[in-house]
Amino acid sequence: MNEPASIERLPIRTHNDIVTARHAAREHSARLGFGRAYQTRLATAVSELTRNVIQYVGEGSCLIEDQVDAQGCSIRVTVEDHGPGIPDLALAMADGFSTSGGLGAGLPGTRRLVDQFQISSEPGLTRIVISIHKAP
Amino acid sequence: MKIPILRLGRLLLVSIQEDLTDNEAMQFQSDLVNKVAEIEALGVAVDITALDVVDSYMARVINDTASMVRLLGAEVVICGVQPFVAMTLIEMGRDLIGADCTFNLDQGLEQLKTRIASRGDIRFAGDEDE
Repeated sequence: MNEPASIERLPIRTHNDIVTARHAAREHSARLGFGRAYQTRLATAVSELTRNVIQYVGEGSCLIEDQVDAQGCSIRVTVEDHGPGIPDLALAMADGFSTSGGLGAGLPGTRRLVDQFQISSEPGLTRIVISIHKAP
Repeated sequence: MKIPILRLGRLLLVSIQEDLTDNEAMQFQSDLVNKVAEIEALGVAVDITALDVVDSYMARVINDTASMVRLLGAEVVICGVQPFVAMTLIEMGRDLIGADCTFNLDQGLEQLKTRIASRGDIRFAGDEDE
């Protein structure tokens, strides 16, 4: 039997929301029994992605979904904004690339923290989905 | 939230006890650098044992603060980086390269005193009243 997934949707509008989002990510991962290393990685990844939203667009959202089933459990985080989009995704995903003078870890740094990382971007919608998994 | 900066002779001790917003982190940086200048501190220990997330922004603030403090003429040490914080920062490609680190505040203070002494500053950092 699958347990009902826990879903939390957080608006990302201010710097305080970055803190709220990374706390929520940690709580979800702690509740599902992820080790502290995973908790820290996920919380840090969420912090990086939500900060990008504030820095480049100003407003967006962060959706945290837990999934528990026979294959184990996972947490999926979707960070979205309705900004102008990332003009060159391949470049943005290249290590060492930054448009903001190296302020963040960049998307490649964030990708290394999680098990799955998907990004799509077009004018009006940038969506990044990350997830971590744990065997039962 | 304002982070208390404790004075111990010519040393300053800061313990970051709570997850900071970006603005609070910048406020901390400015408060500490100003305090170092004000009392002409010989050394600064920043304890981050309680921080369980240090993202690239916070890492940069800590690095920059350490560089600023050294530029003024004080020694600086970062204490208590959590193992999972260290793993995450390195995996992400970030580092606290701007500062020397110690396991805890005790070792941090010892290191500061040693460094201050080796710089030729003979005043004992913890004992001075002035």
